Parts: sequence; C-alpha cells; structure tokens
Amino acid sequence: MADFLLELLSEEIPARMQVKASADLARMFEARLGDAGLRAESLETFATPRRLALIARGLPAETETVREERRGPRADAPDAAIAGFLRSTGLSREQLEEREDKKGGRTLFATIERPGRSTASVIAEAVPAIIRDFPWPKSMRWGGDSLSAESLRWVRPLQGIVALLGEEIVPFDVAGVRSGAATVGHRFHHPGAITIGSANDYVEKLRACHVVLDPAERRRIIADGAAAAASAAGLVLVEDDGLLAENAGLTEWPVPLLGGFDPAFLDVPREVIQLTMRTNQKYFACVDADGALAPSFVCVANVEASDGGAAIVDGNRKVLAARLADARFFWEQDLKVPLEQRTEKLSGIVFHERLGTLGEKVERVARLAQWMVQERIVRGADPAHVEAAARLAKADLGTELVGEFPELQGLIGSYYARAQGQPDSVVEAIRDHYRPAGQGDAVPTSPVTVAVNLADRLDTLVGFFSIGERPSGSRDPFALRRAALGFLQILIRSGLRVPLGDMLVQTAVLLIVSRMGALSSVSFPDLLDSDDHEHEITAEVGSFTYRHGDHVVVRWNSALTPNIERGKLIEEATDLSEAVLEFLADRLKVQQREAGVRHDLIDAVFSLGGEDDLVRVLARVKALQAFVETAEGTDLLAGYKRATNILKKEDWDEDGIPWHQPSFDLAAEEAELIQALDAQEPRAKMALEDEEFERAMAALARLRAPVDAFFDKVTVNDPDAVKRRARLNLLARMRTLVDQVADFSKIEG
Amino acid sequence: MAVQPPSFQQLILTLHHYWSEQGCLILQPYDMEMGAGTFHSATTLRALGPDPWNAAFVQPCRRPTDGRYGENPNRLQHYYQYQVILKPSPPDLQQLYLGSLAAIGIDFTKHDIRFVEDDWESPTLGAWGLGWEVWCDGMEVTQFTYFQQMGGFDCRPVAGELTYGLERLAMYIQNKDSVYDLDYNGAGITYGDVFLENERQMSAWNFEVADTDRLFDLFRKAEAECRHCLDAGLPIPAYEQAIKASHMFNLLNARGVISVAERQAYIGRVRDLAKGACQAWMEKNGWAA
Repeated sequence: MADFLLELLSEEIPARMQVKASADLARMFEARLGDAGLRAESLETFATPRRLALIARGLPAETETVREERRGPRADAPDAAIAGFLRSTGLSREQLEEREDKKGGRTLFATIERPGRSTASVIAEAVPAIIRDFPWPKSMRWGGDSLSAESLRWVRPLQGIVALLGEEIVPFDVAGVRSGAATVGHRFHHPGAITIGSANDYVEKLRACHVVLDPAERRRIIADGAAAAASAAGLVLVEDDGLLAENAGLTEWPVPLLGGFDPAFLDVPREVIQLTMRTNQKYFACVDADGALAPSFVCVANVEASDGGAAIVDGNRKVLAARLADARFFWEQDLKVPLEQRTEKLSGIVFHERLGTLGEKVERVARLAQWMVQERIVRGADPAHVEAAARLAKADLGTELVGEFPELQGLIGSYYARAQGQPDSVVEAIRDHYRPAGQGDAVPTSPVTVAVNLADRLDTLVGFFSIGERPSGSRDPFALRRAALGFLQILIRSGLRVPLGDMLVQTAVLLIVSRMGALSSVSFPDLLDSDDHEHEITAEVGSFTYRHGDHVVVRWNSALTPNIERGKLIEEATDLSEAVLEFLADRLKVQQREAGVRHDLIDAVFSLGGEDDLVRVLARVKALQAFVETAEGTDLLAGYKRATNILKKEDWDEDGIPWHQPSFDLAAEEAELIQALDAQEPRAKMALEDEEFERAMAALARLRAPVDAFFDKVTVNDPDAVKRRARLNLLARMRTLVDQVADFSKIEG
Repeated sequence: MAVQPPSFQQLILTLHHYWSEQGCLILQPYDMEMGAGTFHSATTLRALGPDPWNAAFVQPCRRPTDGRYGENPNRLQHYYQYQVILKPSPPDLQQLYLGSLAAIGIDFTKHDIRFVEDDWESPTLGAWGLGWEVWCDGMEVTQFTYFQQMGGFDCRPVAGELTYGLERLAMYIQNKDSVYDLDYNGAGITYGDVFLENERQMSAWNFEVADTDRLFDLFRKAEAECRHCLDAGLPIPAYEQAIKASHMFNLLNARGVISVAERQAYIGRVRDLAKGACQAWMEKNGWAA
C-alpha cells in the first residue's frame, strides 16, 4: 500500500473555479484509476490560488492479475482456424487445453493471463489524460507551444507538477512540464523551490512555507481573524459566506486586517457602501452595537507584512476612499434632481428596440397597476400611491448612482424617494418592485408594491411574447422565466385570487394601444354592470370601448384604430393572453415540482383545463395530494383505473341510457354503487363550487367501498346486452364524477 | 518603498530601462487618438502571426466619456498607459512583471500584491484574452492578459500583454490623492501644471462643443477609407482608419447622441473594420488563419 500525492502548480486560478476544480480532480482521478481496477482507501483534495492538489491514500502497488478463459475451435478444426485462435490469444498450441465437449468431440480452450500493472504506470498514464481533459469553465493557451492551436489548455499557464507515489516520483510529461518532487512556497514569503518527500510531509512542508493548503482552514482563519479584528474595535463583523469563500480563494496565507474610512461617507446609502466594498474590493463590512454600518472594513491580505500591515491597510483605505468619494459625488448630484424630473429621461432610454422606450413601459405599467386597483384585483392600495410608485419606480435608472451600481436599481430610487418625502408605501414599492430577485429573496406583500410589481412583470412577459421572444431550452435572454416565477411567488405568498386571463388580455390591449401611440387616450370606464355583453366593442364619437370577461373595459381614441384594426387587435390580445397563460402554468408546474409536489398530481389538476386562478389550482393539488396518500385514495384510484381500463377496452362512452332505471333486477352491489353515486355526486359538485377541495375528496372517498364491492361481485361484461350496457354506463358515470375533481388517469400508482 | 518616490517621468524611464533590459524594443506612442494601448499596431497587428515580438511603449489614451473638466481627482479623458507585449508569452512572465514593480520601488515585504481574475475583451477589436487585474494593496495597478484571439483570429503563439495605468501607479507610489498633484519631474512641476487646462478644454469639447454632424461624417469617411484601403490591399492604413472610426464613435458616445440600441450596431461596424484589417494583414503576410 502506498499514498499518492499530486500537485498541479499554476499561475493564479480564479477563486470562483477552485471548488469545482477540486471535485473534478477527485472524480476524474477516481474514474481513471477505477478503469484500471485501482481504488484508493481515501481521497483528499486541496485548492489554493496557485495549486490544485490531491492525496490518494492506500493504493496497492499494482493492479491485480486478470485471468480470462476463451473457447476456441474444435481440436480437429482446420489448421488455419487454430492458427487464427492462437494469434488472437497470443498463446502457442501447447498452452491450449483440450476439453471434451457435449457432442463427444474435443474443443480447445485458452487461458489468457493479464499480469498486474504497476500503479505508478497507471498513474503516469492517467494524470496527463486528466490534465488534457480537465473541464475548466474557461481555459487558455500560452507560451511557445501555443504556435500550435492544439497546444495544452489550462485555466492559466501550468507551471509544475509534483507526482509522488510513496517517496518515488511518478515520471511523466505534460506539454513540456515534467513531473517531479519540487514545488514552490508562498509567492513572496518563500519563492524558492522546496522538495516534497511524500504525501505525508506535503501539507506541513507547505505550511512552513506560508501556504495553507486546505480552503476550509483558510476560511476559518479569515472568519475568526476578521471577527476578532472587528470585535477588538468594539464592532461586529457582517458575516458574508460568499466573501469568505472568495477571499479563501484569493489567498494562500490569509491575514485579515481592519481599516477605516471617513465617517462622512456614511451619508451614502449603506447598501452602496457595502456593495462597493464587497464587489470591488472584497472587504467585509462592520456594524456597531446598534446594527448601524460602521466606518470600518476588514480586508484580507495574502502576506504577513513586515510593518504589521500598516502600509497595506493604508493603501486599501485610499482605494476605498476614492471609490466612496465617487459614490458620494453621484449621490449628491442625484439628490439635486427630483425623481419626477428624471422620469422624463426615461423616454430617451430604449427598453427594447421593438418594445419602445422605458418611458412608454412606465406609462403602461402605471395604467395597468391603476386598473388592477380599480378592479379590486389588488385590494387595500391607495390609488394615488400606486400611481406615484408606478411612475417613479424606474426613475432611478437615469441616476448616476444606478449607472455605477446597476444591481442596486430600485433600492437607490427608494432612497431618493424617501429624501423627497414620498409616503412609505411608495418608497417601499419603488424599492421592492423588482423583488423577489432570485431564490430566497423576500416576496413583497404590501398592496402598493404588489400592484406595481405584478403590472411590471405582466408588461414584460406579454411584451416579449408579443415580439416572439419566448424562452426556449436554455435560451432565456430576457429572464422571462424568472419574471414569471416572481409573479407566481407573489400571487401565492399573498393568496391573491386573480382573473389571470383578464389581466393578460388587459396587459396585451394596453401594449398594442401603446404601440399605436394611443396610450395617453386610454381610460377604464366602469361599464361592466350596465351591460351583459362580453367581447364587445362599442364605438362612440371619437373613442372605442372594448370589454372582455368580467373585468376588462378599456376605452381609447378611435382615430388610431380604424374599424379594420379592431378585430386584429382583439385577436392578437387574446392569442397573447393564452400563450402567456400557458407559459405561467408551465412555470407553476416547474415551481411545484421543484417544491417536491408529485408531478403526476400537478398534471392531474392541470389537465382539467380552463383554469386561470392559480391559487385555486394549488389548493386543489394540495387536497389531491393529501387524498391519494390515504387508504381510501389508493383504493379509489385502483377502482377508477380498473373502470377506465374496462371502458377503454370496450371503447365505451356513456350512451345516454339511464342507469338509475334499469329494466332488470339489480345486483345488490350494483344498487349500492348507484346509491353511492346518487348521494356523493351532488356533494362533490357542491364542494367544488365552494372550492372546498378536501370536502370534494371526502365525497369521493365514500365511493371506495361500493366500487370495490361492485368489482368483486358484479360482472360487467354480462352476456345480457342490456345489463352490460347499463353497467358500462355506471362505470362511465363514476369516471365522469371522479374526473371533475381531478384527472385521475394522470395519477401514477 | 524608496525614500524619495520616483517622479512621473522617472517612473516611465525606470520602466523603459527595465523592459529594455528584458530585451524589449522601446517604441514611441502611436500618433493617433485611441482608447487604449492595445490599439497600437505594435500590439494589435503584431499579436498576429508566428513571429516573436517584444516591445514596450507609452501610449496616450483618450476616453472622452471619462472627462470631468479637471474636477475629479481620479478621472481623466486623456491619460497614459504603459504597454508591454511579449510574444510568445515567456514562461516566467509573472516574475518578469514583479521585477518591474520592484524596480519602481514596491517592497513586497510591506505590500500585498494579488492576481485577481479579470478576463479581457475588446468588442471593437474582436479580441479577448484571459488574465488578471493586478492589485497592490487593493488597488488595480496593471491589467495582465494572455491574448487568445485578435481580430477574430486565434493568436498563434499567444502574446502576454501588460498594461500599467501610469497615473494610478504614480499616485500610489507618490502617495497622492489627486492625479493633478503628481510630481511630474522631481523639480517642482506637477501633472496638473501640464494637463489640467487640457482636461478642462477637452472635456468641454467632448461633451458640449464637438459638432456631432461632422463627427458622424468623419465616422463614415473613416469607414469608407478603411474599405478603400482594404480594396487596395493595404492593411496598415486600413487599420489606422479603423482606429479613427473607433475614436469618432467614442466621441459620439460621449456627446450622448448614440442610443443604447444603436451602440451595439456602431461597435459592430468598428469591429468589422478592425477584423478586415487583421485579416488583410494575415493574408499579406501569408499566415493561415
């Protein structure tokens, strides 16, 4: 048994790639050795900015001998056949064995023995192959060899290889880099060569040369050191796992150092300060005992400086000061211009070349949000606040600060809105109208925010669908899936019951009217109670009114829509609405699947169709899931499947012959099933109408016993055609009832 | 750090001396307006083809949108890059580079030097490479790149490119908070004495005065002239016209007359010119793509 050490030394490996590279190295090494029949007792990997390393412990000295027996031709076969067999086995005639076969003749057998290979030779082949095939997310060529386009690719130039099995070098060569026992220590503390003896002294030898190999240990050093530095100054470190990992990937010898900045910079929104510290400088932030941002930072140096880090802290302080000075300058400049005034600038910013400017988008969103409040789709929002929030939500896109920190859009606008004395609900809506921004982000619930947020997302979804930009496969350049998911999360979080079809039609109408340049003439007259007609357009002098469903009534300037355009407009709006609704339903399915809901139950509910209230869909799925997990549910499902199989085999659809007045004597179980259906059918239907899905399921559960008994005792395919027909109809009736609750044929099991 | 930090001009002389010792040709700036030292044909065109090439030079860079009328201590519309190109990239390029930092007085026992991932891409040149921004105590002092493609062609062999931001580096080693306070010559002249008025006037021209119709016209003329040169089989003059078009685009951009939607289209037009010149250069030299 021996331990193997591999170190691949290179120029600085990007921090974000190190974790996966370690895992890839272990996986590929294990697979390559496994192919040769070798298995290490344990595998350990290390990554630093300059090296990837692996220690495989307990490798046998060689692979096992493999014996293989092969049957050849008969002993009395022609010479040519025997010669061919000898060639293919590499043996001589004397080494073959003759055995008696079943027919009484004699057949030749060869035993081929493949001797074990030395582990070193397996490794010497495996490692170069691993290096050549290594799946770096981005790799490069370098140096004189790169004259050929086929030269080795690595994440950055590969500088050296240590390969030791036990204490012996495993010799090989990859693109001119020879394996050996020498590496280097820390770039500045110990730049000279060091010779490694074996896997056993590798970690400690490097530690003595200022290299901590284990990323987890570097993380600990940073976490503890940074927390200690902060607390020594009476502060608390703002923990940040991403920063820990990144700094661990940027250092071989991490030294956390505390620095400060001019408290005057604290006028700038704290998110801006934290963002610039984090993304540009990789600094940790600190807060005081009250949780307020402190004018301090913790940077992580990669060197134990001779002056204790004074020069390093001073240099970092100056860099941060320059960045904060820039941010403060932008902040102060931006404050001089009221947000209302900035919205004018949005007419000059293209949202998408085929969807017009941001100014137009804001106008559509404002109207859509207002309409949602007017129709009580979103309740409890002050219409004036919705109007203000929608119009100001994108205003910060014209500010200098968002130009510098685009990821803080919305948030920065909320700071300016607050500074200008906007009410809290408006400030909050501006801040949160892009949220949730990703998994785990908070889902807004306050009514003003919800109205603006949903309107913005609907406009984006319908807009991009209208220009044929719907996501496909991995292509989703406008992040429509995320927009849809956020939309669904908001509905679900607040339990919002919305007429989605109507909302989508309204969104589409506004989009089309906006495209015609008529948005400013749009109004939402309250005509729904005065007229029953749906899908109607009325032309009055100078205007059109379009109504659809229970909610949509929209009126706009008729000069822009000649008669011929109306039909097209409505057709386009309804087509778009259907396409986006389908997309949203698909996303809901995906979201539910990812949340662990059985996909067959989702399908069973979705295939009912005609449903645009997604909250109701989810309630039904939930009740169904609970039901099918009970004994009644399982049995009823079995009975349902048996019934549908029979109906399918007989190709039977209910044919209208009444099952409750049969002309023959009913079997007892038959009569009971009829009775059960008579009793439960109205209950289930009523429960469905009341959206009491548990109650509907409970009604179905009562069918279980009669269905079971029916199948036990009653012959469906009775020779008497009248009986057969009545019984098939009875089963069809049962199927119809069950299918109203959910499409049970989609359920597995 | 040395007791007396080097002046701005001494910094340049030290780098010239250092890279000259390493076998680089010391070239002079290209006599045209450009946004980065990479545009110098000693980088762009020489990065193509198999011939070795080692050169170092200062290149004045013009970034009209970065002008601040001389009021921002860190931003300039005209500044200097120190550019080193080594082809093929030598195996000890990082060490050579660190040697240059030591030469200008950076003490590695007191300062924190880091190579932080930063991949480089120039959409207008159809070029990209992998490398780092080099940090000294958290400040980016150099862009370090291994060119992988130039003008859409694979670099065979790969060149290493080092781009030092001279003003920033000087501010760092002279411990100055404003670029205008930099000691230019070690004898009383500051960077501001030399360039402050230039920044004021050029910012005003870039942002307010430049006649955009004429700039659009110049862009189109450079584009046409580039094609004309390509038709005549003259890649070097064609490349100069591509640089000119690129600068006109930068000026138009600073004047705010190119919309977000049009931006990509203009960048694409410049890239076509640069790629055309690179292709003609490859063909003229008989190099296979």
